[in-house]
Amino acid sequence: MPKYLDDIALTPQTEGGSVWRCRLEPGRLPAFARTIQDEGGQLLALWGSDDRHLGRNFTVHVAFLSSVGLIWTTSELDCEQPAYPDLAHIFPQADRMQRAAFDLLGIRALDAVDGRAWLRHAAWAEDAFPLRKDFPAHAARRSPHPQVVPYPFIRVEGEGVHEIAVGPIHAATIEPGHFRFSVIGDRILRLEERLGYTHKGTEKRFEGLDLDTGVKLAGRVSGDSHTAFAWAYCMAVETATACSVPDRAIGLRALFLEMERVANHLGDLGFLGNDVALTFGFVQFWRLKEDWMRMSARLFGHRYLFDMILPGGVATDIDARGQAELDALCERIAGEVQTLRHIYDEHTALQDRFANTGIVAPDMAARLGLTGLAGRASSQAWDARVQFPCAPYDRLDVNMALQKSGDVLARAEVRFTEVFESLRLIRQLLEQLPAGALRAPCTQAAGVCEGLGWVEGWRGPVIVAVRIGTDGRLDRVHPHDPSWQNWPLVEVGVLGNIVPDFPLINKSFNLSYSGPDL
Amino acid sequence: MATFLILQQILKTGIVSEPAPEADPALRTREQALHADILKVFGQAVAIRHVDAGSCNGCELEIHALNGPHYNIEGMGVKFVASPRHADLLLVTGPVTRNMEIALKRAFEAVPEPKWVVAMGDCGCTGGMFGENYATCGKVSSVIPVDVEVPGCPPTPIALLQGILAAVSGGRQDAVG
Repeated sequence: MPKYLDDIALTPQTEGGSVWRCRLEPGRLPAFARTIQDEGGQLLALWGSDDRHLGRNFTVHVAFLSSVGLIWTTSELDCEQPAYPDLAHIFPQADRMQRAAFDLLGIRALDAVDGRAWLRHAAWAEDAFPLRKDFPAHAARRSPHPQVVPYPFIRVEGEGVHEIAVGPIHAATIEPGHFRFSVIGDRILRLEERLGYTHKGTEKRFEGLDLDTGVKLAGRVSGDSHTAFAWAYCMAVETATACSVPDRAIGLRALFLEMERVANHLGDLGFLGNDVALTFGFVQFWRLKEDWMRMSARLFGHRYLFDMILPGGVATDIDARGQAELDALCERIAGEVQTLRHIYDEHTALQDRFANTGIVAPDMAARLGLTGLAGRASSQAWDARVQFPCAPYDRLDVNMALQKSGDVLARAEVRFTEVFESLRLIRQLLEQLPAGALRAPCTQAAGVCEGLGWVEGWRGPVIVAVRIGTDGRLDRVHPHDPSWQNWPLVEVGVLGNIVPDFPLINKSFNLSYSGPDL
Repeated sequence: MATFLILQQILKTGIVSEPAPEADPALRTREQALHADILKVFGQAVAIRHVDAGSCNGCELEIHALNGPHYNIEGMGVKFVASPRHADLLLVTGPVTRNMEIALKRAFEAVPEPKWVVAMGDCGCTGGMFGENYATCGKVSSVIPVDVEVPGCPPTPIALLQGILAAVSGGRQDAVG
């Protein structure tokens, strides 16, 4: 049954599901976005596609989060002058997505304030657009001597202001990106990020892949969110091909997703201790994480559960002995994390560094679209597992972790709460794991078909939109990492803090570079 | 209070570090020409600078894990450092993106001689799933010379450590032999 928002008809992607589709004239996008905003919704993703080979034009797609679920709008643009109205003045998080859509496809957001390139540094020409179908996938290198093209950072001027330029290679083992600080003394007046360094042509790479190879690539959009991306991709493919996944496979997918959440949260809680000189915390949490990874390898053959999820199901199973082992480890880890949490709570120096550091106030979080675990630390009460649960979450009663202070402490607290909740969910999933097959076939649809998958990954909502061509191969895939909309909030969170607290604040968000760089 | 709880937890945990694995000479890709006298100065200690040249961050998870308590790498003389100028060995992950090509070359040039390069992960070794395209140069050795390649997606901490030890001990054996 369609739903109506204003006078716009929303068609459910699947009957009873929480993803809705609608076609919109590009000119009606801003009014629609305002309606979403007025009812408390958010913009989650914006991307484009070249549909000329399907007898259509360029298209801009937007995924909105609203009270009815996720609304996927599709707007066809003019072929000669592909453009659509700017949405960043309504949802500021659209800014970098719009710039990336121009770099990759040449579709322009009209009257957008920021027209600077985002993903295009110097790897391809200004008038070339890699995601257009006539752009050769294996385009030759432009020049054997690459140039550094200067980026027009916004400068802060005045007496005593100076700049600190950091990256793209950072001092620690983290991904590459550039941070430009404007400071007075130790105080941060402004931070501007420049990302895109790990842009590796992922979206172009998807084109022409078969469905089973596609999931491997989807899982490598951001390695730390492998399961979230692989599942969202498969959900999209299964929607497109009307494949019905066996219950046991769905249970195992949720098991993997919660295991991924526990692994990442344990690692982050260790690093947060490390960043305030509590090496003890790092060593303890990484001991637990290593125990966790080794168990994953023992039970499923891979420490990070890579390539366990396939279109139509899963590639692996768990037996009764494995279930008992996992259950016992969950119990042990829960106890140990309880002890460590008590120590973090009692440690005055740690509390002093965590509290009131890197604050993103709830109103700012709402205005700029902070999402996922960082959003939940700033009162943004969204968790797809709670409000729009797909199977098997619809029978699990997930408890949402929520904090309102929006500082490093709040983000640590959300992680603690979510570790306990995920351990509980894992044990419940094991207990209720249905018997049955592990995989169903994804049969090719009659024509071109599309689908969108939406999974609450450990960092936040992960979305993958997929179009399959008449040859049964991937025609267009857009994987969307929540780091897209959260990175600009790191710029906000550091304001007025001291430079030495930047690593701590940055780690408390722990955003992906590879995910949004694509 | 916190101090007491920390000491209690440390005592309860005990020592979790494990013995080091053997070097894996099969991972070497080229003969390393290093002089025995230089190696005497290094001993078996090695300072590593990691460069993510475009990875999906999977390899970084295992580099972090290698720095955890089970592996005790500093006890073996292996240490990760903040600047390439302090490093003996460059550990490179990812297919090298064109946006990182210059930064990687500069980091390589900044490492003083003699130096080693270890390419980590399937992407670093072959270009992996991403290969060579408009945005990437593919494997690490298409941009800078590589001594040891450690395949895997991602390679386990043990495999990585074996590769690092192969790079370091390879120079020693070649020089002595």
